[in-house]
Amino acid sequence: MNYEAVIGLEVHVQLRTRTKMFCACANTFGAPPNTQTCPVCLGLPGALPSPNFEALRLTALTGLMLGGAIAPRCKFDRKNYFYPDVSKNYQISQYDLPICVGGELVLPRENYPKDAQKTVEESRRIRLVRIHLEEDVAKSFHFEAATGVDFNRAGAPLMEIVTQPDLRSPEEAFAFLSTLRLVLLYGGVSDADMEKGQLRCDCNVSVRPVDQEELGAKVEIKNMNSISGVRRALAHEIERQMDVARNGGRIAQETRRWDEAAGATFGMRSKEMAHDYRYFPEPDLLPVVVDSWIDEVRRAVPELPVARKERLMRRLGVGESNAEVLVADRELADWFEKAAATTKNANGVANFVVNDLLRELGAAGKPLVESPIAPEALGALVDLADAGRISSSQAKEVFAEMFRSGRAADEIVVERGMEQVSDTDAIGKLCDEVLAVNAAMVAQIREGNVKAVGNLVGQVMKRSQGKANPAMVNAALKEKLGI
Amino acid sequence: MKLHEFTASRAVAAIRRCEVSSEDLVRALLARMEAVEPQISAMLHVDAEAALAEARARDAAPPSGPLHGIPIALKDNLSVRGQPCTCASRILRGYRAPYDATVVEKLRRAGAVLLGRANMDEFAMGSSTETSSVRATRNPWDPARAPGGSSGGAAAAVAAREAFAALGSDTGGSIRQPAAFCGCVGLKPTYGRVSRYGLVAFASSLDQIGPLTRDVRDAALLFNAIAGHDPHDSTSLSDAPADLSSALGRGVRGLKLGLPREYFLKGIERDVEESVRRAARELEKLGAEIVEVSLPHTEYAVATYYVLATAEASANLARFDGVRYGHRAEKPSDLLEMYGRTRAEGFGAEVKRRIILGTYVLSRGYHDAYYLHAQKARTLIRGDFQQAFARCDAILTPTTPTPAFKLGEKMQDPLQMYLADIFTIAVNLAGACAISLPCGFVVRETTLPVGLQIIGPWMREETIFRIADAYEQATAWREEAPPL
Amino acid sequence: MNSSSDLHVRYVAQLARLKLSEEEACRYQEQLEQIVRYIEQIRKLDVRGIEPTAHVVERVNPMRADDPAPSLSPDDATANAPLRAEHLFMVPKVVE
Repeated sequence: MNYEAVIGLEVHVQLRTRTKMFCACANTFGAPPNTQTCPVCLGLPGALPSPNFEALRLTALTGLMLGGAIAPRCKFDRKNYFYPDVSKNYQISQYDLPICVGGELVLPRENYPKDAQKTVEESRRIRLVRIHLEEDVAKSFHFEAATGVDFNRAGAPLMEIVTQPDLRSPEEAFAFLSTLRLVLLYGGVSDADMEKGQLRCDCNVSVRPVDQEELGAKVEIKNMNSISGVRRALAHEIERQMDVARNGGRIAQETRRWDEAAGATFGMRSKEMAHDYRYFPEPDLLPVVVDSWIDEVRRAVPELPVARKERLMRRLGVGESNAEVLVADRELADWFEKAAATTKNANGVANFVVNDLLRELGAAGKPLVESPIAPEALGALVDLADAGRISSSQAKEVFAEMFRSGRAADEIVVERGMEQVSDTDAIGKLCDEVLAVNAAMVAQIREGNVKAVGNLVGQVMKRSQGKANPAMVNAALKEKLGI
Repeated sequence: MKLHEFTASRAVAAIRRCEVSSEDLVRALLARMEAVEPQISAMLHVDAEAALAEARARDAAPPSGPLHGIPIALKDNLSVRGQPCTCASRILRGYRAPYDATVVEKLRRAGAVLLGRANMDEFAMGSSTETSSVRATRNPWDPARAPGGSSGGAAAAVAAREAFAALGSDTGGSIRQPAAFCGCVGLKPTYGRVSRYGLVAFASSLDQIGPLTRDVRDAALLFNAIAGHDPHDSTSLSDAPADLSSALGRGVRGLKLGLPREYFLKGIERDVEESVRRAARELEKLGAEIVEVSLPHTEYAVATYYVLATAEASANLARFDGVRYGHRAEKPSDLLEMYGRTRAEGFGAEVKRRIILGTYVLSRGYHDAYYLHAQKARTLIRGDFQQAFARCDAILTPTTPTPAFKLGEKMQDPLQMYLADIFTIAVNLAGACAISLPCGFVVRETTLPVGLQIIGPWMREETIFRIADAYEQATAWREEAPPL
Repeated sequence: MNSSSDLHVRYVAQLARLKLSEEEACRYQEQLEQIVRYIEQIRKLDVRGIEPTAHVVERVNPMRADDPAPSLSPDDATANAPLRAEHLFMVPKVVE
């Protein structure tokens, strides 16, 4: 019998805010234990939560970017369970009225794992159930005989995105997370660094015979800290479940933990003897009504990577592979567009950005904002080359110098005497000189060896010290040779 | 008159005129405590040196606000930086708060001196101050009787002249009922009027902080000092409270006062009812019009309250787990055992009962039948008040159906204890404001005070102050002092 | 329809992380059954079409600007901890 996997994801995203969800403690990663805590996030007696508008705004923005419906009115609820990382032993979350309902994410081919891109046929649409806002829990450190709890992360704003069980393979899960991550970065919603725990994912996975409608027993996998880890964990878990199913076994509904080192999932000892979260509306927080501020958020929705790639290709004539690289980084694409706006040759700019600029920045260990070349300056360089004032190899040389010194292209061209000779008389004179000393070759050419013209062009270029316009040289020689 | 017999307003005036110092006042109250505390047990912690130091600092500084140099007692569920805040519970033994409640900040800004911490029912759960894990407080009018609760320590301290005024908290009557039992004035402000930041939560949607004082003007003085918007409390109202000074002395002419027929039925003792009706006639003489109103869902208030209050409490008290502060069981074998034993050892019987009840009404399968149903009942109870306030400016009721009951009388029967709050609970469910003030005395074995409750619409504290002040000025009940 | 006999004090106490003695469990069972019977009277109330009230305050959207304020020092933050080590709150080992 053939089986298929059914996968749904619950993605937790730490929002990029300056302060926590319900208190004014800094929301930063990596501070010494319990240095970013206060009565509110420590759950001290008498402390009350005070919601951070920016967190609501970013969650609504995410909902809009993903095409969800923003609820006109939402509220917070208490989710009750005892755990040392939950300071109040209830987590403030959203239960029946989340900030956003529905939405979807289309998975572009280039966001699948490289080795799987060839087999991707159609662009898959993954539907979302909901997006809600809650507070993060503390971080636990497990020692030999005890656990230590650090509340720095407790109360950080955490957005939960829940998908429908629309994913069918580990590769799709990979593509979903890569695509989502890019959207989050585009919106400035999160830094979405999985290694820092800013993007966390629980997977619900089951298997069923391909012709069966009903879902199999659901296994939840936790503890994956990279997108490729999710892929590996799912591949392993699906294989395990299919083995059990093929051998007539029963798959237990349970929570399993991915062990990256062992490359396997293991059943977790249950945290709670029974899950009964006893949700009820958080009495300390009043409802949120979006009508007074949602339009402003709507105006802040950026063009998303898929649409942007399309536009760069269609409207600006950027090649597909260039466009892919550019849109993968919003900042880079913004930089590119600024440069492209100053010239007609957008793909020329794209070539420089994708090949030269990224390479030089990488070699220099510099982020894009520290690029010594301004976008407009790159545009000017491309214009010089396009106008035939320098050759393409000279343009590369000028680029390197611009990156080194931060100076303008025309300045470098003049200083180095690079400007191409486009004067017809001067070029004609150089051609005559070369023809005069290459009588044998001229004869061959006249007999039909047209390829040898290249050699003559090279000689003219050499005489001009590389400054002659090669196209003009070529044309002049052909004219003089009568071919 | 001895210094400890002053009202807060009189003490303010005396300090302003440099007749006494803040230190004199603190010393007088400390001496009074020494004399009467053995009989009353109103206070839990008094740091005499700290209070005196604060007083001396006030004396050395220029006048800072309307309460300059005035010592104020605080119920032990209000957070003060560096002080204990035990809620009279074993589970918070040893805890010292690292921050000030907003009301404490406001009191300090008004110039007040923090006098000490008053006893209470454990986590404000009780109506007699007997559930305190430390000791029961006694009623200054009859030490065999309860002072009421849960702010019983605060009420008894004010009545026994150990403090000019105190702040308490009121979730279902916890300020008004002890005020009535002890013969003082107690205000439950409109929900949201006073910031709850720093008040250890019992039931968050019902809790309000308010003053307990000897007279109505003192209550206004304190209310003015603590009311107002606080960004740390999302549920605090953004509207600025009205200036009460114009309400005081204005009289009641032209006001319509409602007597709800459901409050004068079964359970109320005849002489208590008579005192309240007499008060209504007095107000009529002063120019108010008395009308009958109806609050038809009154009989459901106690049940509704015990579902909602315990549900919220079950979550609010979950944080007492021995991880970050307070009591922790010795040598637990694992985490579950640490939780179970810490909380079993740390909480008293009434708190456990309410946590269990509150957990039950929220649990799967019962949530809709109890919790959600009670939330809807709350809508109806609130609607009762909205309709009544369309017909009158304020509502007059007895604060309690009986005068102070005996210590131990209701401890074995939790339900009877719950019913002691029958006249105060609906006000918290509705979120309205109410004040209790003495309106006479009845004789049991001794003479005991009776409380008149004046309930006002949302954000209309000035109306109830206006009525309470007019009544108080026309009568002499506040002259009476307990026989200590 | 559920009735008060459905109240299992032991189970509920476990949810609330309260370890009860045999004697306490029996006593609470009896007392709480009586209280639940009293509370059940609200079920007589016809609440069809009635919206639940979670808050009596009619305000919405009280929100805070995203401006940081100082935190407690780690000494103050952990000062009340029953057991701490290097500014961490220590608890019995959590098994996952």
